[in-house]
Amino acid sequence: MIDGLGAVQSVLLVGGSSEIGLAIVDEIARFDRLERVVLAGRSPEASQVALREKYPHVQVESLTLDLAQPLTVEQQVRAIWGAGIDVTILAAGFLAKEPGGLFGSLVLLESGLVNFVGQMIVGTTAIELMKGQGQGVLVVLSSVAVERPRVENFVYGSTKGGLDMWANGVADLLAGTPIRVMVVRPGMVRTRMSNHLREVPMTCGKEEVARVVGKNLIRGPVVVWVPGKLRWVMAVLRHLPRPIFRKLASRGWKSQGAR
Amino acid sequence: MTLSGWGKTAPTLTRVVEASLPGISESISGQVSIPRGLGRAYGDCAVNGGGTTVLMTRINNFEFRDGFVDAAGGASLDSILQTIIPHGWFIPVTPGTRFVTVGGAIAADVHGKNHHCDGSFSQHVEFIDLLLASGEVRRVGPSDQLFWATAGGMGLTGIILKARIKLLKIESSLISTLTFRAANLDELMDLMKVYDGMYRYSVAWVDSLARGRSLGRGVVSFGNHATVAELNGYAKDELLDARFPRSISAPNHVPNSFLNKKTIRAFNEFWYRKNLNRQKITFESIVSYFYPLDGVDRWNQIYGNRGFVQYQFVVPDESGEVVRVILERLAQEQVPSFLTVLKRFGRESDGYLSFPTSGWTMAIDIPTDVAGLGKMLDEFDSLLLDGGGRVYLAKDSRVRRDRLALMYPKLSKFAEMRVVVDPDRKFQSNLSRRLGL
Repeated sequence: MIDGLGAVQSVLLVGGSSEIGLAIVDEIARFDRLERVVLAGRSPEASQVALREKYPHVQVESLTLDLAQPLTVEQQVRAIWGAGIDVTILAAGFLAKEPGGLFGSLVLLESGLVNFVGQMIVGTTAIELMKGQGQGVLVVLSSVAVERPRVENFVYGSTKGGLDMWANGVADLLAGTPIRVMVVRPGMVRTRMSNHLREVPMTCGKEEVARVVGKNLIRGPVVVWVPGKLRWVMAVLRHLPRPIFRKLASRGWKSQGAR
Repeated sequence: MTLSGWGKTAPTLTRVVEASLPGISESISGQVSIPRGLGRAYGDCAVNGGGTTVLMTRINNFEFRDGFVDAAGGASLDSILQTIIPHGWFIPVTPGTRFVTVGGAIAADVHGKNHHCDGSFSQHVEFIDLLLASGEVRRVGPSDQLFWATAGGMGLTGIILKARIKLLKIESSLISTLTFRAANLDELMDLMKVYDGMYRYSVAWVDSLARGRSLGRGVVSFGNHATVAELNGYAKDELLDARFPRSISAPNHVPNSFLNKKTIRAFNEFWYRKNLNRQKITFESIVSYFYPLDGVDRWNQIYGNRGFVQYQFVVPDESGEVVRVILERLAQEQVPSFLTVLKRFGRESDGYLSFPTSGWTMAIDIPTDVAGLGKMLDEFDSLLLDGGGRVYLAKDSRVRRDRLALMYPKLSKFAEMRVVVDPDRKFQSNLSRRLGL
């Protein structure tokens, strides 16, 4: 249950080894009410062991969930829901390792299924189950990349963009109900997924993303940016003439191999 | 439908059923449900997320005879008072609002300003007709264990259909009050210790923002039902007057910032200084003495959409220092509490989850957006546990599950009784699920 001060007792983390997702779990655990965490992903066992060591009083479960097999995920989520989940975090992300180019069909399929379709199905299932329990929060980890595609990550950005749009639509659908959807748009975050990229201005740590999520978990805007000023930066970048944006993007975000 | 408690925190979707007689058994059959009265419980005890919340307010008939009233669970204290006062009777225990139902008063085992003399509500109940999960209606009295599981049991043992309440004889509807202004907490507590023996009612308002030598300054008020002899000069129709004034409505939209440190400091200063004389004797109406907040309909709106928690605790006399430590912390952090109230409790009832126990009780209203509030209240809970205290479940929306058994030593007896009368857990609330009751 979500208590009167917004502390939650149970969390489902989709993308069970996501560093940002796990940082959000840490942030939620700070409120000292967490009793159950379900880590869902392709191989969440290592995170499960680490989390059990960190929070021995919390029941940490793992669920092998392959978002690239979307026909089975609904049933799997329903099966683990049990007595209820207060917060579901969609934090799975597939970033192709060879940036640039058009990619092959399999990579495109995997990107679409993991970043968009699979998580959309999990999110829809979670919301239906939250309606049944009367309350809940869905946190969707999106990205500033959804604002304007760049040559370096337009496949990732477009698939995340689909999820972002879906989440915004659901948030409007559920407006005025006790079920909340929060879309988190971080800029570049220091994680394993981004450590081969050169750091850009306003890069932040996963803890900062988690702090913002924790602060806005129960009440606040549907879309949150991390850091907050990225909202205004992206508002400008969105309207830049295409050649200028392309030039800026290639200077600022060009892959430089390992940092 | 979306419902929450009076504090407007943690709103929840729930199926709402308006109970009626006959037919209440059918309306809850096969449903996980919780009864709800007039929604004055602050937290999540009368909300059942995803299940059924049974509104009891249509089952509101009552029958008054000299000395007692047989009231349906949904009858409000307000309607009962308007009938019995002109006949010279009063409810034996009343909380700070008259807009509670008889069922709610028993389920929370409410207390009033006279707990040090008269105990809690359930100590004046002769029997309860309880609709059990099985559909059976069972009459239970103070000699039954189920009675004491139900008194303070937060509606989890069944639905209170009817109860017989013993009434208090009064000569007038006025309260003879003695009011003091106390310069600090020591003075306030000393006054309460000295005068509690002479007065049936007592309560103190505390300025929670005052610091240093003024820590715990406040206004303490003692009262007795005024006798005819005291009211020489009052017209006969004024002596037993139950014409309650109409409430004014709180605005629908109040900005979250309305109650902040500055506005509350100004209010506290005004309220403290208003009592210019250090000691004052007056006659007050029942409404102004017992129910000042009822003068503003939906006064919980003044906190805006952020909502608020009321942290109410009790500690035994020997742990009275906990009150000071908590007040010091509130003052140090300048927590803007619109209402902080101190009172003394007398002997506890036999209710398994009944809140009052002999000692000091303090209730503090706090907006939910105070930074670090959760941690601070957890620290207060630790102080309570060290001092043998507890929090009030009818006000709670945030206590940690593992601390409940330490606060309520009869919790295991309550759990055993629930297994007997509701093995399939047909009665549940957000509170019961949050705390594993």
